[in-house]
Amino acid sequence: MAPDHGSFGLGALICALMLICPTASIRPISDAHRSAALELFVPVDGLFPRFVCGAVFPDKLSWQWQISNMFFGCSLEETYHALRTFLILGVGETSEINRATCPVVLEKLKSPSSSPKGFYDALRVNSILGCQIGSETLEDVASQLRDLIKGADSLMDFYYSVIGLLHVKICDKTTNLSWYLNHFVIFLGQGVSAVLSDAQGVFHSIKALSQSDGRWRFDSNNAESSTYAAGIALEALAGVVSLADGEVDQSKIGIVKHDIVKLFDSIKSYDDGTLYFHEKHIDGSEYEGPLATTASVVRGVASFAAVVSGKLNIPGDKIFGIAKFLLTIGVPGISKDFFNQIDSLSYIENNRISIPLILSLPSTVLSLTTKDQLKVEVTTVFGSAAPPLTVNLVQTSTSEVKNTPTVENQELQFDQENNIHYLDIVPLKIDIGKYTLKFEISLHDPENLNIYATGGRMQYLVFLTGYVKVDKPQIGVLDTDGESSASLVKLDFSKLDKVSLVANHLQKMRLSFQLVTPLGHTFKPHQVYIKLRHESKVEHIFQLESSARQYKIQLDFLALLEQIYYLSGRYEIELAIGDAAMENSFLHILGHIDLTLPDPPEKVSRPPPQSVDRYSRFGPKQEILHIFRTPEKRPPKELSFTFLGFTLLPLGGFLIGLLTLGVNLKGFPSSSFPALSSILFHAGIAATLLLYGLFWLKFDLFTTLKLLGLLGVFLVFTGHRTLSYLASTSTKTKTN
Amino acid sequence: MLMFRELEFKMAKSSTSDAQALFRSLRSAYAATPTNLKIIDLYVVYAITTAVIQVVYMGIVGSFPFNSFLAGVLSCLGTAVLAVCLRIQVNKENKEFKDLPPERAFADFVLCNLVLHLVVMNFLG
Repeated sequence: MAPDHGSFGLGALICALMLICPTASIRPISDAHRSAALELFVPVDGLFPRFVCGAVFPDKLSWQWQISNMFFGCSLEETYHALRTFLILGVGETSEINRATCPVVLEKLKSPSSSPKGFYDALRVNSILGCQIGSETLEDVASQLRDLIKGADSLMDFYYSVIGLLHVKICDKTTNLSWYLNHFVIFLGQGVSAVLSDAQGVFHSIKALSQSDGRWRFDSNNAESSTYAAGIALEALAGVVSLADGEVDQSKIGIVKHDIVKLFDSIKSYDDGTLYFHEKHIDGSEYEGPLATTASVVRGVASFAAVVSGKLNIPGDKIFGIAKFLLTIGVPGISKDFFNQIDSLSYIENNRISIPLILSLPSTVLSLTTKDQLKVEVTTVFGSAAPPLTVNLVQTSTSEVKNTPTVENQELQFDQENNIHYLDIVPLKIDIGKYTLKFEISLHDPENLNIYATGGRMQYLVFLTGYVKVDKPQIGVLDTDGESSASLVKLDFSKLDKVSLVANHLQKMRLSFQLVTPLGHTFKPHQVYIKLRHESKVEHIFQLESSARQYKIQLDFLALLEQIYYLSGRYEIELAIGDAAMENSFLHILGHIDLTLPDPPEKVSRPPPQSVDRYSRFGPKQEILHIFRTPEKRPPKELSFTFLGFTLLPLGGFLIGLLTLGVNLKGFPSSSFPALSSILFHAGIAATLLLYGLFWLKFDLFTTLKLLGLLGVFLVFTGHRTLSYLASTSTKTKTN
Repeated sequence: MLMFRELEFKMAKSSTSDAQALFRSLRSAYAATPTNLKIIDLYVVYAITTAVIQVVYMGIVGSFPFNSFLAGVLSCLGTAVLAVCLRIQVNKENKEFKDLPPERAFADFVLCNLVLHLVVMNFLG
């Protein structure tokens, strides 16, 4: 079929309209990806472990193998991802993987009833590793797969069986890795008959599952259609075409081509021109993310385009957009995402529709001081050399200064040795700032337009930096009425002299200067501030106003009194100027100013408390002075003791009176037992009184009550004994 | 006139002698009381005297630890009251407590005193 320029031109127009926002620079696959691949795919003893425990084992492997595979063993899917990634990137050591994984592959192929997926996984891995599998085993596997295809009814069953059979065909020949990598080839198998007899029928069955919008269903029962399934189906159809022993009906292939174009109509885009595929319904059971879906579609379309004759009606810019989407991901952190990215890019690198050429900037910050050159690389997605072409800097534009001349239509020169297009910036007389550069690629050979996609006009953001000079800096203190410029002092930033100013609240401080770019224009940086810092660390920041030629500020202290909390004293003056395009952004201490301000009135707010030194809270705290009640005046000791003596006098008088009355102890019982109890009774009372004394001196009530309880019981007994004896003797004498 | 003077002298003499006679009769009557009652009376006098001395001391120095003052005074007064109760119960001429043995009254006296002094010691502080 003749190349379709019309669709290509239309695609270019659509692409130009889509490219509104400038992009961050995209880079082709580089060594960063290679080292990331080695970190992500790490074999354990040569095997890539299964991470999901308890995965369903449809094939009846021996139970030991099953258990060990479940927890430590080999995931052939993961192994395939790793091996394919290593193969494409050209890294990794496969000898140990080969040694450990081949037995697993053999086991899977030899097992009596494997599922289609089992065969598919094992055969995929085998086609990269090239394990020694006997032709008998392969024959057996091929016949099983043919049977499975006959009996298949769901898309995935068709897919696994067809692709498995395709791999049998590839494995049968001596494995030639570079063939597998570069070409999705059809070659006649020798030995194993991996040929589909009813290719038309299989093609028809797979095609029957398609929908009108280009999507596919997973099986006839399921009404949900999926873009991911479309990619799978296209890959399966491509496999059927390559395995067919005769020619597949061209009309059917034409319908599929039409379906592919429909599928590409459903492509989604981001603002920066990247294109991707996504599912319509994200709550389906078979949902895969945009990366997996896009990768599946890319694989399917590229495989299909490789096996059918004629060209597919897909504009090259769509392939370019998809390539951009895959590259802007960067380096994914999940192994499945990484595999999808690298695998789909490898299909794009060598596809028959159009190969995208990526324009990348190694450095987006160029310095006028060091006279940097603008460097641009044009490569394929994997960094391989592009065909001869010229890069044109179509336009530069900046959003800030309107009257800087923009550069137009500059052709970049080509450095053959380093494969870089470069342009000298200095002769262009572009000033410092942030610029959007628009590039366009033009291929030298017009025939290459059919093969390569250049992506139209691409925009990139670039910073041009340089040294900014501060001109005519002046600082001084002015009176309210006049502008006494005599007091203005010229500053010299290079000498780092500190000025010393004095002002009171009626005066103003003035600072002015000009900022000049390397090309001599006035420059307006992003940040221009002056900071006044008091001795007590209270800070105030003011922004300088910019007029057409210069920056100046006039601090009227009378108006600022409340803002600076009426704090008098020494303030340090700091000037801060900064911008992304300035190479010499600075923070200078200009000097200090001694302010004399009036006393604050009542209602003025206090300055905010300054942050305390972090460690001071662990030091000793202020001593707390307790205020006690003044103690009562006590009498002098001598008086107290005198009265103590007086208190004891009546006791003496009592004893004397007793003697006068002629008290005697004749009534004291003489016989032993009552005498003993009397003595104990009196001793008990004495002990109780002693206990009371101790209670006053040191015991607490609980102890006292405890002991009192014991003594009380004792006293009751002895007292009862004594008194009853006395009572009985007195009644005896009475009756006598 | 002389009769008048003799009458005055006799009247004066009789008033003072009346007082003296009264006092003498009281003394002789008191001497008739049994000894145990006299002991109890002496004890009461002792307790009251101690209380008075404490009040005088408080009057001099002020009542700062008021609880201590109250404890001291109430101890004396309490024990005096209990002694009076004992005297009433022990007195044989008192018909009301004829059936109460004096030992029992004494036991009550001792017990109540012990309880009183426990409280007083707690309140002393």
